[in-house]
Amino acid sequence: MQNMIEIHTVSKSYWREKIEIPVLDNIDFRVAEGEFLALMGPSGSGKTTLLNMIAGIDRPSSGEVVVNGTAISKLSESQLARWRASNIGFIFQFYNLIPVLTAYENVELPLILTKLSKSERQQHVETVLAIVGLSDRMDHYPGQLSGGQEQRVAIARAIVTDPALLIADEPTGDLDKSSSEEIMTLMQRLNTEFRKTIVMVTHDPHIAEKAKVLRHLEKGVLLEA
Amino acid sequence: MRTPRLIVKNVFRRKLRACLTILGMAIAVAAFGLLRTVVSIWNTATQASATDRLIVRDAVSFIMPLPYAYLDKIQQVPGVKVVTFANWFGGTYRNKENFFARSAIDGATFFKVYRRYEVSKQEMADFMKEQDACIVGSALAKRYGFKLGDTITLKGDIYPGTWDFVLRGIYEPKSKSTDASQMFLHWRYLNERVKQVFPGREDQVGWFIAKIDNPANAGRIASSIDALFKNSSAETKTESEREFVKGFVTSASAIIDAMDYMSYVIVGIIMLVLANTMIMSARERTREYAVLKAIGFSAGRLTELILGESLFISIIGGALGIALTYPMVRSFQGMLPPGAFPGLSVGSRTLELASAAVIVVGIGAAVFPIQRVLSTRIADGVRFSG
Repeated sequence: MQNMIEIHTVSKSYWREKIEIPVLDNIDFRVAEGEFLALMGPSGSGKTTLLNMIAGIDRPSSGEVVVNGTAISKLSESQLARWRASNIGFIFQFYNLIPVLTAYENVELPLILTKLSKSERQQHVETVLAIVGLSDRMDHYPGQLSGGQEQRVAIARAIVTDPALLIADEPTGDLDKSSSEEIMTLMQRLNTEFRKTIVMVTHDPHIAEKAKVLRHLEKGVLLEA
Repeated sequence: MRTPRLIVKNVFRRKLRACLTILGMAIAVAAFGLLRTVVSIWNTATQASATDRLIVRDAVSFIMPLPYAYLDKIQQVPGVKVVTFANWFGGTYRNKENFFARSAIDGATFFKVYRRYEVSKQEMADFMKEQDACIVGSALAKRYGFKLGDTITLKGDIYPGTWDFVLRGIYEPKSKSTDASQMFLHWRYLNERVKQVFPGREDQVGWFIAKIDNPANAGRIASSIDALFKNSSAETKTESEREFVKGFVTSASAIIDAMDYMSYVIVGIIMLVLANTMIMSARERTREYAVLKAIGFSAGRLTELILGESLFISIIGGALGIALTYPMVRSFQGMLPPGAFPGLSVGSRTLELASAAVIVVGIGAAVFPIQRVLSTRIADGVRFSG
């Protein structure tokens, strides 16, 4: 099986008032295509930073990140934006839907960057809303949906461009237990049925158990599996 | 859904704020349009005045009369084609509210020098036949319902007494900048009565107007005319009509300059107001913009969204403002004495400037929000909590 993600000796530090704050230290690991990886660790361990690097929204101070065969740390900002649009689906803790757009329009949003026709876009949106079980809510605004439903719309938005890799940052962090279960079931389905590679950050061990692989980060160091 | 729909949805996300900003923009553009209209009509008065007509007036003051006897001498100056003259009559029609310009003229020459007043041949002949005849502009006739044959009674102030004039002609202005609310009467009729009632004030005119053969010779001809009356009891000051009008304009130039300046200040203020609205909405949507960036919206796409929103507000507000300018200008004209600023209307130049201001405001107001959105890191943006 091919590697979807290759992290080659990646380190990352931030500078605050001339003081270097190391966040990731010499991270080196691979994620196979079709994997469902959960990254766990205490606050400040660097897991979100690592996730951001895999997603191409942050750059390593040293080392290389290769995703789906592309060395993304070498891409320019505009190249990265294009690359993210076609390769990555984002699922955020707070859903981050646009409140003035309906569920349908929120899901359609990434497609306005493509050259798809209106009918093709409609077909894509309706398909993914059916996958997440919200076909009957497509005309509802985020404010008219429950937290779990909002997150399902966010997941539909993440998969509407059919990306190879899904990045989920605490996807159940703002949900109750029942909604969290629903979301995790959906993510497992995306992984098994639709062959999506998923990298998820979570604090919750019960949620992490749903992933196929679990890795821990502590003080910027990836612990042995 | 395409980008324009997203822009419209974003604009009306906070409807009250959007509507107030659009309204503010509309009022600012209307105020800009009104000020520019007044400034431009002022300048138009100078532009419209002729360079081939010289105004000969008393060197000390415009209100001092000149001897009628100067007419022949001025006529003799090489380069002068026709000379006419006029005298301010003043007076009151019914009451002081009914202000309009009343001038005593030499009918035989005045309308040859001033071709801007169009009077039919028959009416002109009727006017010339009767000494107490008068001609009024079409706007004045319309305002007071004057008809040919009506008697117009004026109460004199410069020339006291009751003065009856029979309306024999109604002129049409040849251009929009010509005042269509003036009244012309025979200077000779005025002079005859002055001779009888106010002996010693006869044979005087307010100013002479000399039509010359070549505007390039205006300076030389003016000097020649003034030289004729050097060291006389009534020395003259001769200048082209344009210089003469410019002199009037210059006396009000500080006000015009202030209006000119204010019109651009208004544009600056509304740009700051719109920029403030745009900055507030960009700040409120920091997370959303970060998410858009994350899902692949490039800097260009985000610029398109923010600029589109800013331009949408400014263009809608600007269009409303331009539409409002017309009734505002009409209303402003209604507040002025009749005949002041003839042809006061919203010119194409004013529309061009207002449109340019709308675009500049739209673009200018978007600069800071765009800079903020583009410089915010995605990772920071998605964590932003306002």
